[in-house]
Amino acid sequence: MSHQILQYILSGLSTGAIYSLIGIGFAIIYNSTGIINFAQGEFVMLGGIMTWFFLSVFQLPLIAAMVLAIALSTAVGVLFERLTIRPLRNASPLILVIITIGASILIRGMAMLIWGKDTHSLPMFTGSEPLTVAGATLLPQHLWIFGITLFIIAVNRFYFHHSISGKAMRACSHNRRAAGLVGIDVKRMVLFSFAISSALGSVAGIITAPLTMTSYDVGIMLGLKGFCAAIIGGMSSGIATVVGGLLLGVLESLGAGMVSSGYKDAIAFIILLLILVIRPQGLFKKAETERV
Amino acid sequence: MLRIKNINTYYGQVHALKNVSLHLNAGEIVSLIGANGAGKTTILNSLSAITPPRDGEILFEGKAITGLAPDRIVEMGISQVPEGRQVFKDFSVADNLELGAYLRFRSREKRSIIKQDMEDVFILFPQLSERRKQMAGTLSGGEQQMLAIGRALMAKPKVLLLDEPSMGLAPLVVQEIFRVITRLREEKGTSVLLVEQNAKAALKIADRGYVLETGKVLLEEKASDLLENREVQRAYLGKEKKEIWER
Repeated sequence: MSHQILQYILSGLSTGAIYSLIGIGFAIIYNSTGIINFAQGEFVMLGGIMTWFFLSVFQLPLIAAMVLAIALSTAVGVLFERLTIRPLRNASPLILVIITIGASILIRGMAMLIWGKDTHSLPMFTGSEPLTVAGATLLPQHLWIFGITLFIIAVNRFYFHHSISGKAMRACSHNRRAAGLVGIDVKRMVLFSFAISSALGSVAGIITAPLTMTSYDVGIMLGLKGFCAAIIGGMSSGIATVVGGLLLGVLESLGAGMVSSGYKDAIAFIILLLILVIRPQGLFKKAETERV
Repeated sequence: MLRIKNINTYYGQVHALKNVSLHLNAGEIVSLIGANGAGKTTILNSLSAITPPRDGEILFEGKAITGLAPDRIVEMGISQVPEGRQVFKDFSVADNLELGAYLRFRSREKRSIIKQDMEDVFILFPQLSERRKQMAGTLSGGEQQMLAIGRALMAKPKVLLLDEPSMGLAPLVVQEIFRVITRLREEKGTSVLLVEQNAKAALKIADRGYVLETGKVLLEEKASDLLENREVQRAYLGKEKKEIWER
């Protein structure tokens, strides 16, 4: 039994890592624009499906296909910001959020037209020989997921806390007006945030595709789960959202294993509703107090 | 060095500045006084391109800067210290100053020079020096004001726009801040456009002053003359009519 629980926890952590990456994408855009980008999940889909496409149709090596897929997804994210968010900069957040939903449907529809409705799989990055850890089995791909997620979180943290352009981006989200007055180009930072978020989303989509397969519609569920992670983390673009994602992944996996796998998705949304009702500021954040 | 010619600025339908013209010479401290809603802050925001004027012209060192984006204005050498300080509360004091030099980092200026300028700010405001690592949101009001000024100085401005630096501060702190403003002019030749409710204190350190009322320039005179002007004394310096006439 305890082996089994360990197994659930390990696989939960690996799905949770994916949710964290997607959640950070939500948080970065929320912090720079104040909107929830419901198209975030589509970048996850684009990452996975484009890697498959370059790999199987163009016969590119895996690493080249991945780099190309990340670059193209990022380009789509940048284009998305340019075409929808920037022209409507003065619109209310509600309108912008609805636009992101529209964009998500559009991207998904186009993906269906281009790549069809089939489910595709990516090869594991390095073999599929399972490893045994204290009685639980892990695939090398799980290790890739943990490693890449950790690496991205570390880079993310360094960028936002130690580089001047990362600090400038945070400054925009804390005080847009003051950021403008010190000469930070706020519009450019919003564009950056879309670029970073779509890149993060596509990476998440690529590293998970060998385990979970990919198709034109994987973005909906993964996007919502990432959103849950960000809500649990109080829309922080740092460690809180990562913990939120891991927590969600583990609870989901334990629930699916011990209760019924039919409830897997329901568990995520029950958590989402509970958090929104009881602690809308996130699980870890104290209610805001401000000194004037 | 800075000249505003006949600008009109609107907030939506509200006509906030009506044909305002004023100028600021190199190394001068000019104070804008007037009641709430007279348009003092709007003039600064028109200069910083936060609320760009609908027409008219702004010249800086002979060049038209009307229509430039806010970051270009800072790059040209005009920095604003906004009303209510607006420091980045969740950032440390040092980070706030670093962000003040954002454009200089972007233009790949040497880090050592920027670091040196940060030390100069700490010499100007020794209180901040002890609190480098502290979050700006935990500073006192006076320290936040010093930080806001320091942050603006990090951009190496030729013109400093100060919006209500004395607001909500204890008289001693106000004195200290005003002393720093005069010191900046003496040491670096920075020109200052100073918006103040505290008209008396502002006029005391200023060379010239403009009196604004409902979006228009009412008067422009030497600061010492404005301090003596009876109408100004009554309206902005809080003296009763009786006191003025009995003197």
